[in-house]
Amino acid sequence: MTETLLKVHGVETYYGNIRALAGVDVEVRRGEIVSLIGANGAGKSTLMMTICGSPQARTGTVTFDGQEITRLPTHEIARLRIAQSPEGRRIFPRMTVYENLQMGASLDNLKYFDEDVEKIFALFPRLKERKAQRGGTLSGGEQQMLSIGRALMARPKLLLLDEPSLGLAPLIVKQIFDAIRALNKEQGLTVFLVEQNAFAALKLCDRAYVMVNGRVTMSGTGRELLADPEVRAAYLEGGRH
Amino acid sequence: MATLSYSKESAAGTLTVRALREGFYAGLIALGLFVLFVGLETTQNIRNELVLNQRWGLLAIFVAVAAVGRFLGVAYVQPWAAARKAARAAVVQKEAPEGFFVRNFSKLAIVALVLMPPVAVSLLGVQGSLKWVDNFGIQILIYVMLAWGLNIVVGLAGLLDLGYVAFYAVGAYSYALLSQYFGLSFWVLLPLAGMLAACWGIILGFPVLRLRGDYLAIVTLAFGEIIRLVLINWTEVTKGTFGVSGIPKASVFGIWSFDVSAHNNFAKAFGLPMSSAYYKIFLFYLILALALLTAFVTIRLRRMPIGRAWEALREDEIACRSLGINTVTTKLTAFATGAMFGGIAGSFFAVRQGFVSPESFVFLESAIILAIVVLGGMGSLVGIAVAATVMVGGTELLREMTFLKTIFGPDFTPELYRMLIFGVAMVVVMVWKPRGFVGSREPTAFLHERKAVSGSFTKEGHG
Repeated sequence: MTETLLKVHGVETYYGNIRALAGVDVEVRRGEIVSLIGANGAGKSTLMMTICGSPQARTGTVTFDGQEITRLPTHEIARLRIAQSPEGRRIFPRMTVYENLQMGASLDNLKYFDEDVEKIFALFPRLKERKAQRGGTLSGGEQQMLSIGRALMARPKLLLLDEPSLGLAPLIVKQIFDAIRALNKEQGLTVFLVEQNAFAALKLCDRAYVMVNGRVTMSGTGRELLADPEVRAAYLEGGRH
Repeated sequence: MATLSYSKESAAGTLTVRALREGFYAGLIALGLFVLFVGLETTQNIRNELVLNQRWGLLAIFVAVAAVGRFLGVAYVQPWAAARKAARAAVVQKEAPEGFFVRNFSKLAIVALVLMPPVAVSLLGVQGSLKWVDNFGIQILIYVMLAWGLNIVVGLAGLLDLGYVAFYAVGAYSYALLSQYFGLSFWVLLPLAGMLAACWGIILGFPVLRLRGDYLAIVTLAFGEIIRLVLINWTEVTKGTFGVSGIPKASVFGIWSFDVSAHNNFAKAFGLPMSSAYYKIFLFYLILALALLTAFVTIRLRRMPIGRAWEALREDEIACRSLGINTVTTKLTAFATGAMFGGIAGSFFAVRQGFVSPESFVFLESAIILAIVVLGGMGSLVGIAVAATVMVGGTELLREMTFLKTIFGPDFTPELYRMLIFGVAMVVVMVWKPRGFVGSREPTAFLHERKAVSGSFTKEGHG
């Protein structure tokens, strides 16, 4: 349980001359759910994208499973079984749910597709109902389920989730977070989660980081941070769902 | 009851009044617009003096057309359209089972195409069939094949290519030059031309890998022009604007030749009277086979990982990368595959014409091919074939419309209005069917339960 799977060390990322990440250290251990919370523009999504190599970190290193991936192109990083449900879901709108899931399984050339797709449908029964429907015609929650399902089809060692609750009804958010918890408990899937919905994220995770202006300012277990007066004042009071 | 009919009558009355008023205004506007353009004309007489001609009759026709047109539009067309819309809204959309014809459209079309030459020969005689087999059949099928090839790049992979004719040119010149300088046969050069064009597709692909949308379109446009200018200016090899002539004919796999002097001439071998029609019929079947090959490969590729990756790339490049798809090779294979079919069509074009010159590969050709792809509905093979038939066949039909000369006078040449009609047709199709003739995408993963699901979930969801 204590083995480090992903290690981000001293990472600085720039958009042109603007420094978006100012030396970030984050660690995700195998089998953990780790959350990253912070305000708009704190650099949460940038960190997520930097792990995926687009944009690449200017200084610092990203290590995954003992291998340095800082300079690898995005698709090579994905092949190391880091799957991502990106911000804005980015499903393929004109392709059917089934085809979207096929795309997720393209790393193994659909070798485990039949077996895995049933698991996804068991996790998100709504997707099964809509498997012949085009992705763009799904509701927001269903699209998020599809995005996570598509990422899971790659049989990931690490699942990156960027704002899975964005723009969704609380009930759907709960469904999705329950699914993430189930994946973690039952299959030991390691999850790194970026969230604005701090309360839900902190309750779900084992450990969490708080990010402000491109720096990690606080870290601890989810329970510690939930109890922390500063975190409560900044992210939780009034923002609870 | 009485009041009801009264109000209906009065509504009709006000409508007529409104239509009359609008017609009058339209006439006034037309008068104001055209009084100087049409009513007066300045010409120079034989002594170079400026003479003012008055054309009040013509002006009156213009004004009358505008006024009457507006009147009819307001009084009859608009209520009719509104009534139709209301009627359509009232009818509950029921998914009728598709008819036999619609379901088997592509199979029936292929059978019809295979049967076309013998039917044409038996109806119109050997010489009479030439027009239908050559001018219509081969001409349309070349465009079908080109559009299907471009469809891989534009329709599937979503890379807007305005210079597709470059690959057509590469294929045509590959055949023309290699057969002239090295005496290689058509059957060797056909795949070779395809491969050369594919190479050029990759060469074009490399510099444009980072580009998308408008920027990509501009670079591909430039590429098309570069190829054409090279063909014009590299005179030692390509003979410049004179073009390459005397390109050898194709043979039936080397067994029968179509050269008149050859001992294994096709007509002689079968004891038929000498005619160029046999060669054309042979070419018809050849291009039909090549086009069907293009369609077959496209259909197969769509179900393979690479084809799915193309379509996913069109939808979302970033998502593709995060799923481990190498977008570089995916784009290059799309360019190369599309270019290959363009090249094969090009070498067919060379063998059919017996002559190639840079004039055949102007930007307009690229634009027409792209227009066919867009009108057909990007990605849909049947839609594209229909669009090619309508567009190319329609413009060919114009040549046949000699009866128009009796209306518009002997100077009237209908084929000059080709591009005008092409443009009008495009506007009309885009207004009525913005996604092309066949706008919906056919899924590649066929599900048995599809029918049970798709009907009830056709409404757009809301995020």
